[in-house]
Amino acid sequence: MKLQTISWKLDTGVVELALHRDPANEIGSQTLADLEQFVAELPEIETRAHALIIHSEVKAGFCAGADLRELYYRSEEMEKSQAASGVREFLERIHAVLTRIDASSLTTIAAVHGVCFGGGFELALVCDLIVADKLARFCFPELRLGLIPGFGGIPRLKRDVGNGVVRDLLLTGRSFNATKANQAGLVSQVVAEGEALRAARFTASQVGKFDRHASSVAKQFIKPVPRDELRREIDIFCDLFARPAVRMGLKKFVESTDAQPYLP
Amino acid sequence: MQTQEQTLDEILALAAAHFKVSREKLNPDDDFFKTLGIDSLQTLDLLTKLENHFHVELPDYELQGVSDFRTLAQRIQSRL
Repeated sequence: MKLQTISWKLDTGVVELALHRDPANEIGSQTLADLEQFVAELPEIETRAHALIIHSEVKAGFCAGADLRELYYRSEEMEKSQAASGVREFLERIHAVLTRIDASSLTTIAAVHGVCFGGGFELALVCDLIVADKLARFCFPELRLGLIPGFGGIPRLKRDVGNGVVRDLLLTGRSFNATKANQAGLVSQVVAEGEALRAARFTASQVGKFDRHASSVAKQFIKPVPRDELRREIDIFCDLFARPAVRMGLKKFVESTDAQPYLP
Repeated sequence: MQTQEQTLDEILALAAAHFKVSREKLNPDDDFFKTLGIDSLQTLDLLTKLENHFHVELPDYELQGVSDFRTLAQRIQSRL
């Protein structure tokens, strides 16, 4: 199945979901709609597959996060109250998609290369395992804009690693390379450049050797969805989004001629 | 421990190899954004290559405003 920003195929029990929106798989309304279509088909896919691999076909990397240009220009077109409700609706929808993938009975693997920032990092954190190539970089730059991650990043990061790592990533906005992310416990395997998808396929094959029901039960036991914190995150994000500083930060980003706009 | 000049030489060689430009065309005081013609995402690739090569962590914020190889070498040297 090929949609505008994503595609997927199912082969020998493994479904591969590819992100293919240039320049860096920014998640805007079209990607969200496409992901919703994927999630709508997930119940049927789950009857025929044991693993899901999420990867990118875009050279720049896995995903640079939310489409900030779309967010800014749409917000500019709307009244303040309209923009706030629009953001909340978008967050509710992306949370529904990501939580559905998070709770899938499939074993889920993110095969990451290049940039994995903000919403892209949050998409990877939904997965059970992250396989990263040596040039992958992980970052939550949201505080630069006066925001927190809004796609479930903090609750899922807290689920996976120690609070010191969460604070380091969040409060400094610095990026981790794959080796550092591996040491922190975020990344399960670091592989050579361009080899993340291949390694993820080997892992998916291994996962397929186990009893499907037992794997699913084990996953539910060890990886509960932090629903209350996810709900709280949406509220905090929306409160922060209402502040004028955010619109100024978005404007600065969108209009930036800085050679390093992705760097916090 | 290696000298800063050695670090600088290694950075220039690494940048030349990764971005496929002649080593002779790169000078320590060049603006690497211009000389290499790289964008922000390619800069992240370079940062990761340098971290992996020198086995150091280079927080992004320490490199804000750094655009020449010599200053980059100083930042790396301080973490060796």
